[in-house]
Amino acid sequence: MDLKNRTVAETWAKPSSSAKDLPKQLTPDHRSFTSFNNQQQKWEDTSLLDFNNGIQPPFPEFNQTSKAPQNHNSQIKGPDQEDMQSNETPDSNRFQDWDPRVMLNNLSFLEDKIHQLQDLVHLIVGRRGRVLGQPDELATQQQQLITTDLTSIIVQLISTAGSLLPSVKHTLSTANPAIGQLGQLGGVLFPPANNLNGGVPQQNSGGSKVSDQSNQIELTENCGTEQNYAAEEHEAKDDDDADEGENLAPGSYEILQLEKEEILAPHTHFCMICGKGFKRDANLRMHMRGHGDEYKTPAALAKPNKDSSEPMLLKRYSCPYAGCKRNKDHKKFQPLKTILCVKNHYKRTHCDKSYTCSRCNTKKFSVIADLKTHEKHCGKDKWLCSCGTTFSRKDKLFGHIALFQGHTPALPLDETKPSSVPSDRAENNESKLGNIGFNFSASASSGNAVQNMVDVKGAVDDPTAYFSPLNFDPCNLPGFHEFPRPSLEESDGSFSFLIPDACNYNQKTGGESGSNDLE
Amino acid sequence: MGTMKRQRSDKAFNFTPFDLLTEEIVFIILDFLDENPLDRKSFSLVCKTFYTIESRHRRTLKPLRSEHLTTILSRYPQVTSLDLSLCPRITDSSLNVISHVYKSNLKSVDLSRSKFFSHVGISNLAMNCTNLVELDLSNATEIRDSAMAAIAEAKNLEKLWLARCKSITDIGIGCIAVGCRKLRLISLKWCLGVGDLGAGLIAVKCNDIRSFDLSYLPITNKCLPPILKLQHLEDLVLEGCFGIDDNSLTVLKQGCKSLKALDMSSCQNVSHVGLSSLTSGSGCLQQLILAYGSPVTLALADSLQNLSTLQSIKLDGCQVTCSGLKAIGNWCVSLRELSLSKCLGVSDEGLSTLVTKHKDLRKLDITCCRKITHVSIAHITNSCTSLASLKMESCILVPREAFVLIGQRCLLLEELDLTDNEIDDEGLKSISRCSKLSTLKLGICLNITEEGLSHVGLCCTKLVELDLYRSVGISDVGILAIARGCPGLEIINVAYCGKVTDHSLMSLAKCPRLNTLEIRGCPLVTSLGLTAIAVGCKQLSKLDIKKCYNINDAGMIPLAHFAQNLRQINLSYSSVTDVGLLSLASISCLQSMTILHLKGLTPSGLVAALLACGGLTKVKLQACFKSMLPQPLFEHLEARGCVFQWRDKAFQAEVDPKCWKLQLEDVQ
Repeated sequence: MDLKNRTVAETWAKPSSSAKDLPKQLTPDHRSFTSFNNQQQKWEDTSLLDFNNGIQPPFPEFNQTSKAPQNHNSQIKGPDQEDMQSNETPDSNRFQDWDPRVMLNNLSFLEDKIHQLQDLVHLIVGRRGRVLGQPDELATQQQQLITTDLTSIIVQLISTAGSLLPSVKHTLSTANPAIGQLGQLGGVLFPPANNLNGGVPQQNSGGSKVSDQSNQIELTENCGTEQNYAAEEHEAKDDDDADEGENLAPGSYEILQLEKEEILAPHTHFCMICGKGFKRDANLRMHMRGHGDEYKTPAALAKPNKDSSEPMLLKRYSCPYAGCKRNKDHKKFQPLKTILCVKNHYKRTHCDKSYTCSRCNTKKFSVIADLKTHEKHCGKDKWLCSCGTTFSRKDKLFGHIALFQGHTPALPLDETKPSSVPSDRAENNESKLGNIGFNFSASASSGNAVQNMVDVKGAVDDPTAYFSPLNFDPCNLPGFHEFPRPSLEESDGSFSFLIPDACNYNQKTGGESGSNDLE
Repeated sequence: MGTMKRQRSDKAFNFTPFDLLTEEIVFIILDFLDENPLDRKSFSLVCKTFYTIESRHRRTLKPLRSEHLTTILSRYPQVTSLDLSLCPRITDSSLNVISHVYKSNLKSVDLSRSKFFSHVGISNLAMNCTNLVELDLSNATEIRDSAMAAIAEAKNLEKLWLARCKSITDIGIGCIAVGCRKLRLISLKWCLGVGDLGAGLIAVKCNDIRSFDLSYLPITNKCLPPILKLQHLEDLVLEGCFGIDDNSLTVLKQGCKSLKALDMSSCQNVSHVGLSSLTSGSGCLQQLILAYGSPVTLALADSLQNLSTLQSIKLDGCQVTCSGLKAIGNWCVSLRELSLSKCLGVSDEGLSTLVTKHKDLRKLDITCCRKITHVSIAHITNSCTSLASLKMESCILVPREAFVLIGQRCLLLEELDLTDNEIDDEGLKSISRCSKLSTLKLGICLNITEEGLSHVGLCCTKLVELDLYRSVGISDVGILAIARGCPGLEIINVAYCGKVTDHSLMSLAKCPRLNTLEIRGCPLVTSLGLTAIAVGCKQLSKLDIKKCYNINDAGMIPLAHFAQNLRQINLSYSSVTDVGLLSLASISCLQSMTILHLKGLTPSGLVAALLACGGLTKVKLQACFKSMLPQPLFEHLEARGCVFQWRDKAFQAEVDPKCWKLQLEDVQ
């Protein structure tokens, strides 16, 4: 079974669900035929309106992804062609039984359609190049055309792919008549320019807005990129427990069991000429190019095993460790999906954890990718409780504190440092208070002669002339010199600052003076 | 000590009848002297005995200057409540002194206007003052979680204000939640670092919470379940919590049973659906504030009709529909308070239906309901005869005849705001029948003259606040009538009343309680009038003499001498020079100065004044001074707790008052 094709199908149904879930999710759609039909009506209304009147399109989302459809086109094409060769699974629209010929028909039909679409896009690209001042409506109409076509292709592809799975067969076959009908309906409803002829297209879109489809298309795209990652060994730490829910009927798949040495071997692909080992066969093929021109042909560079037109049996893997749940002899045997799963499972479960985190020196891992993931987060966001427990997430810490009496969130170590800054600054300010010298000389009295009276000094010269810093030491207070602020009792002297020796006015510090300083 | 002193005075044959009174009796007398803080001050200055008695009697203290903190604290040993909101500079050492002097006596500290302290000082306070019950740390934008951890040591804390403490996070709030289990009130307004986890943990740990302010926090529905489970929660403020929406609220399906007041202002994502699910279980909700929220429609009004104890609802700034107002009118409860201020869509039809049903309305705010006419006023005055407060600023379609109805029917009015209305002397004459009137706002009422105002002066003897801003028909005769008839006048605004002269000020000088005087843009007023005010109104704390071109240094000197309670002054555009400004330094509690476009002010004169006025916290200055004066000077002043606001507005010539109104209309 082609991996790529399957993932596309998965994404369509639900990104995380396994292929087995697909029919389950499809069926409700088929059953709710009537409601769906209503939606279909809606769909048709809006689209027709737009086509006829050329008013503002209701799908502004697509203006942004104007280039996307072309990409999809090429992307989808690949797996599709491969499907044609490798899988001969029936669509079983009319036949109850598995019929490779129907499948082949379907696939070639799909191929034709993709070619048509490609031509259309080519045409649009060419035209756009020539006429720059084209109205937007036309462009959006074209986009809509392409989108509808693409949607129909994707839907058909999925239903084709879905029919490949043995267990899906029956559900689909019962459901598909409805699809057929629907497809016809849809074909009638859409303008002929759409090139839609009775395909399954709109049934899965369920008359949903095109914006939804755009999301889903994006998903397929994402999925494509994920596949690229999947090729990278350490990125694809497919959790070997993820396929827990997969319930394949015993015997419906082929069980392979690798030996321990094989699993732990650093390289699995070896050059026939120089003997160099590689982790991936793609890398080996790249390497082979260096050994001569005969390895540079498209055939030599193509992925092996793709040409075989024989139907492939589903492959599942068993862990060589006896007694393991993943071992085929276990009562409740749960097979592993891929070789990568086997490798990670074996290392995680049955090997020493030899990679230690260099940051915390406590956490150990057997898969280097796990270590890398851990190191990304290690030491960061440590949420600490007063009891010493650490949490990776703040909400976990708060849940813990809410649960236990007396536990308090502990401040991070660096918290105390910055908080002391204000106090430092306060002290700086205080010293600043002292540093400003202000000479209140006799000239203060003559209003205009104040030019000289401001004397900002950086250094301490004349202690009595200062604005004293705040000093709460009572014994220093008598020396507290400041500009006079006559209190009520001394209202006679309220102009005393005009008197030459006013600067030496000694602020009264007795209890009485305080009476004026509060409300 | 006290007895010894008394014996000594006996020996000196300085016997006074007060010596017969025990300290306890004087204490009881002093208990009645709490209306005006100045009274206690006068009492303490009578003699040494009184001085010591007052020192021991005082429980609350609001120091003006932190420099003298040590002296003041030692003078008043019995203080339990310390309000430091007038001391912008409170350092860790200040807090250290406070906590060591008062120790466990201290119950309440207000640091909401103070800066320069850190977690060290707070820690000192929390450790030494073990009986601390109230702590206001609002606006302490610098403090962090470490300070919160310090507060958590104050185990008896019941009220905590942390508004605008932007640097604290969930962790700090978590510490408080665990440490201060007796909390009854907590305000986390604008604590942007606090989210669901912190707010939720407070609700989980502090079961005694009565009042919970979560305004403008980035919280979502996740913290609401524990909050709504609080057994005693009475006041919940969720103003501007954009993370709360209908979907999350409908899922909750649980209201808080004890809730009495709910504020959901500016929650744009909450409509009647979410609101009804939130209020569904609240059997005793009395006050609901939904300002600037979703439109007041039939659905919203219907969703709230089951609130059987509702007394007050505020819908300020909401889009209002006629059917919505009618539906509110059909509620079975009788509202006491209704605010429709700045609501769009308030029509005569809706408002009339509403007010005819809610006959018990005490407070009604229909500010800027520009569509209503005399029909609404007729209905309001007809049915709501017990109105105590009516605010109807800028109801521009209400004709002058309608105001006569107010005076005829709503005789219990205490507060009336008629700013920017068509009222004339006839209306004013009628309104003067409301003898309980204490606040009257007649700003931008261009049709009134001294004739109408004389009636007010004759009849409204309880008037405390009068606003005549830009009511250009007013002249000295009217002010004289007010000054004679309303001895309790505290606030008066005659800004831009161009006819007002010194005579008005001389008559206002007879109002001994006057504390706020705004005579902005009165060119006929001179220093002479200001002198009269300074001498007569000892309690003057706010003075605005902007654009009084004829006030100069001659007015400042008596002001500096007599107005010892002046806090705030605006001197812009006046003829005051360096000398006048410098003389203000003798007013020890002067905190705020606005000094723009003073022609006679030199940079050095400004510096002298700034340095001399030690209590300044806010100064508005012309931006050009910034470059003229040395930077260390500003650093020094800022270290004292002064904030500078720089203005770079060009000199503005005064326009004709009528012309001003026209300009305003053009803008609108």
